Parts: sequence; C-alpha cells; structure tokens
Amino acid sequence: MRKYTPKDNVQKRAKYTDRFWVAPQVPRLEPEDEHFKAVVDAVSKSVNLLDSYVEIGQLVLHIEPEANIDALKTLRDDCGYTICSELSAIDYLAQDGEFEIFYQMLNINERKRVRVLTRIKENQAIESIVPLFDMAKFAEREMYDMFGIYVNNHPYLKRIIMPDDWEGYPLRKTYPLEGDEFASWYEVDKIFGKEYRDVIGPEIRDQARVDRYDTQRFARVGKEVPFGADPDSVDTTQTPIEYSDQFLVNYNKGPHKTLDKRK
Amino acid sequence: MQHPNKLRPFFENLNFERDDNTMVINFGPQHPSAHGQLRLILELQGEQVVKALPDIGYLHRGIEKMAENMIYNEFLPTTDRLDYIASTSNNYAFALSVERLLDIEVPRRAQVIRTMLLELNRIISHLFFLATHALDVGAMSIFLYAFREREFAMDLMEDYCGARLTHSAVRIGGVPLDLPDGWLTSLTDFIDRLPEQIKLYEDLLTENRIWKMRLEDVGIVTPEQALSWGCSGIMLRGSGIKYDIRKEEPYELYSELDFDIPISDRCDSYGRYRLYMEEMKESIKILRQLIGMYHQTDSQLMAHAPKYISAPKEEIMTQNYALMQHFVLVTQGMRPPKGTVYAPTESPKGELGFFIRSEGEPYAYRLKCRAPSFFHTGILQDILPGTYLADVVTIIGSTNIVFGEVDR
Repeated sequence: MRKYTPKDNVQKRAKYTDRFWVAPQVPRLEPEDEHFKAVVDAVSKSVNLLDSYVEIGQLVLHIEPEANIDALKTLRDDCGYTICSELSAIDYLAQDGEFEIFYQMLNINERKRVRVLTRIKENQAIESIVPLFDMAKFAEREMYDMFGIYVNNHPYLKRIIMPDDWEGYPLRKTYPLEGDEFASWYEVDKIFGKEYRDVIGPEIRDQARVDRYDTQRFARVGKEVPFGADPDSVDTTQTPIEYSDQFLVNYNKGPHKTLDKRK
Repeated sequence: MQHPNKLRPFFENLNFERDDNTMVINFGPQHPSAHGQLRLILELQGEQVVKALPDIGYLHRGIEKMAENMIYNEFLPTTDRLDYIASTSNNYAFALSVERLLDIEVPRRAQVIRTMLLELNRIISHLFFLATHALDVGAMSIFLYAFREREFAMDLMEDYCGARLTHSAVRIGGVPLDLPDGWLTSLTDFIDRLPEQIKLYEDLLTENRIWKMRLEDVGIVTPEQALSWGCSGIMLRGSGIKYDIRKEEPYELYSELDFDIPISDRCDSYGRYRLYMEEMKESIKILRQLIGMYHQTDSQLMAHAPKYISAPKEEIMTQNYALMQHFVLVTQGMRPPKGTVYAPTESPKGELGFFIRSEGEPYAYRLKCRAPSFFHTGILQDILPGTYLADVVTIIGSTNIVFGEVDR
C-alpha cells in the first residue's frame, strides 16, 4: 500500500520517531520579575488576557485577536514597549484551522522583551497595527504575502516579496518546498503564454543529470558510466556515440561533395 | 497609459505618464548603488522626491521555508546567505537561538573564538560599508583603501575556517575548530595596523568639504521614526537612542568586556558615518582583550550535551555510545524541546534574531529571521520624500542594507 502523506502539511517530517518518545516542553514559569508582573497587571486591565507566562526570559501574553490594538497600545504607552521588533504568523491550519500571530516587543529602558500571541481562524482578518508602529507597514505586508492573512486598515496591503500576480502563499504548510504547478510555470506562462509549456518543457531540477549537448557544463560529457559501475573501469577516452558527426560538417571528406544524390 | 503585452506585462499599477508635472522614475533593481536588488519607485517634482516606494523581493530564496525542511545543523550553512557581508553574525544568531532553546552552556574557549569572529566580522562589514558608501557618494580612493584592509580581515577568516564570505564558522554548541597556529599573531598584526588605516580614512573624509556637504543633514531619521520603524544598530544609535544589544542584553562574553557604545544625536548620514568609524575602534579594543582571554581557557570547543550535540571526534572513534549518538544526530537530527525562542543579537547591521517555534521535531516548525535591513529598507519610504534625487544614493548607502537578509 502506498504510504500515507498528509496533504494539509507537506513539510518534511522525521522518518523515525520512537513510539514512546514524548517531546519535553521548555519550562513556562510564572512571572517573578516585578516589571513583568506590572506588565501583566496593566495588560489584563485593558484587555482579556488568556494566558501569561515567562518562556526563556521573555514574557508571553496570549490575547484575543480583536484586542491586539488595545494590548499593544497599553504595552507601548503604559509599559514602555516602544519598539515592535518583529511580527509574523505561524501556520496551525492543519491542526486547529488557525494562524498564530506573534508580536515581539522590546522595552529599551527596562531591557525586557514581551511576546504577544493571538490566534485567528483561516479566513479571519486582523486589525493593522500601523497606527501604533510604522514597522507594520512592511511586516504586515510580508505576513499577508507569505500566509494570506488579511490585515484590516493597512495603508498598502500588497504582496511585498513575491510578485504581484503570484498565486498561493509560500509559507503555508500546504505549499510544497519546491513550489506548486503555478510556480514552476510562472515565467513561461508570463513571457510566452500557457501554450508554450510543451515547447519549452518543464524546468530540470535533477542536479545529477548529464546533458551531453549542454555547451555550458560539459565536464562530464562522454564520461558517463552505468549506475553503480566504477568510473575507472569504463573506457572514457572515447565518446560512446559519434555525436560530432551529427552537427559538424566534415570538410575533410573530399572535394566530391554531391548535394543531390540523384546525380 | 500602458499597453501590456506578453513581453511587457502590466507594470505595478503605476502610471508613468501623468497629467501633473511630477515624473515617476524607476531606480534599480540593477542600479550599482542600489546595494544589491533594491528597486525604488520614485515620484519626482523637479529634482525633489515626492513619494518613494521601495520594492523588494528580487533576491527571495525562501530561506524561512527551507528552514522548515532542514534539520537544525543542516540549516546553519544556509544562514551564511542572509547577510553575506558578515556571515558569522548570522551563523551565530541562529546558533544562539537554538542553544537558548536547548538550554546548553558553550565552553569558554568557544565563546572567546566566537566573540573574536563576531568582532572581526563587524570590522569586515563596517569596512565594506565605508567602501561602498564612499563609492556611492563619489570617493573612489576610500573604496580601494577600505577593501585592501577588508582583504586582510578576510584572510584571517580564511585562515580560520577556509572560507572568505560564507564562513559557517560557528556550530550549534560551540565552534568546530580551534584557532590555527599563528592566527593570534596575525590578528594582532592586523589590529595593530588597522587604527592607522582608520585614521587615514578619517583624515580623508571626516573634515572633507565635499563629504560633509553630501552627508550632513541628509537622511534625517528622527528618534520617533527610528523607534516606530523598529530600527536597530547604528540606525537607532545614530538617532541618539543608546541601545546596543551587546551591552544591554549581553550574550557570549560581552558582559565581561570593556567597550563603549558610541551614539550620535545628529540623526543624519554624517552622524552614522562617524558611528561606523567609532565602532571599528571599539571592535579593535574588544579584540585586544579577547586575545588575552584566549590563553586562559582550556581546550574544550563543543558543549557537552549528548542528547543534542555530537561528542568530540576522539570519543566517537573510541566509544560505542558516542558513535551511536553521533549517528542518530547526523541522520535524524537533534530534537529540541517544544517551545518558542527569540534570541536577539547585535549584528553589524542591527538587531538580528531568529524566532524559532519548535514542536519537538528535528525540523523547526516555524523559523522567522528578524533581519535589521528589512525594516531599514522600509523606512526609506518615509525618509526619502522631501530629499533630492542625488541624496537618495547617499541615504540608501547610509542605511547599510544588504539584500540577502531583506529578501531572505
């Protein structure tokens, strides 16, 4: 029977996993720090705080997606988190049908970092944080480009890294690493049109392939050996087929060159 | 009005012919001073920029996607291709994230070597910045002088790891090699020679009338803009905000080292140029201290964490269990605990950090590379309007963006 491969997550997986192996969890601690306690208090006053813990030295706050503006505004204005250093999403569509969005905040006076996490459904949009942080002008565009998450009230929500007419969202788990059909024919379709797919042919991605008529990488031409054979055992001094005859005009054949064989 | 056909596709919804008297010009992506693959769409009123739109993505290789399909050790050489001017900073930022996730301690000698390489990379990167920035502005000789010194620094990198650009000189859990014989002497020679070279550059540029006219009050980044855009590194310190991750959130040996953080409240390109020069001097200071520290360490290079890191070669060759562990770690990869980590580091360009979400698999569930240049490219759309076209080149050079890490 063919091996089952899930279609909703085409990311590479471990080949062997011990049946009884349970992955440990990085410790999630209660906030002990005075500053972090104050942050948790301030944020829980303004929004509904779902969960909060300290993970590897950084405070993690789980909030509801509708509250992202309020929570970040509280962090910026009341707690001193004036820099939003990163913002992006994690694809959990296969497991929960949700995206997890994270905002990585930095307080340069207290030297502390807070991560705000929120989860949205697949077709749910999130409010833009551009009014609070300009960096979202770029970061949210990237999130939209890579995951297809719509951001409400973003001033210029367009693809940023991929071309404007791209189809599909590359960082979703359903998107294969080597690209989908659209990706492999993108240039051909755009420049020549779909009808030229047969003429041009698919892109060759087999790195071990030897093209004997390749005029660029000809180092191995004529030195191919059967699979598994020892390269030294094969006579590589002579090219197995006389392919030069097919292309080159042999001028040494003699003067009696008859173009028309009927004569 | 555009007339798209198959060879000339419809162009970005932009009308190049306008009724008003502004002109839209396309800057890059192959412009020599676009620092790689930056395409800027500029709307000009006479010679003044009215609107700027940075367009990126010409060097996109899907490195974050690749990270999800590679084991952690496999991904490390890929990080070389982010900021290819200072590869070790990327290797290190990634290794640090994974080490924080695994909660392992790196041996002291490895720490010394790593910090040395990081500072050497900072010098390489800053010299590169100076060379290309000066070339963009029109000072050709500085380009040649700075590249000469950069060659010597890259020779040192080559002596250590064999590569000049894509170093991969750091491993998760330590460094693969000890310093070769005579390397520290070469390093001492280099850092003895460098200050006079820096003085040469400063003599040529700092008080140079043309240089000052081209750089002073050009590319003003206000502190509010710098904070809002998430600027870091010299873009942040050039706006008068003193924040250096090496000092404020120390990693490796930076808490033990004595160095200063230069800041400038000029907020312009000239202030940032001065900071680059000062930072090189601080790096020399750090390297001098590290040479002394190196001799006080013992010879262990990789962390001892048998679950995640292979044992040293001698143990693998002599002990069965170490060989088994090594086999599993190479063929299957290490499995870090479930959890999320974000470890910021101060790369020569700014705050470089890897956000890693691990689900306990040998492959990262999500890896986000927080690249400083990405936001420094974004800020161009806010700082370019109002400047002159000739200053655009200065401002791009002054942000010191590298497209390997903008597009990823």
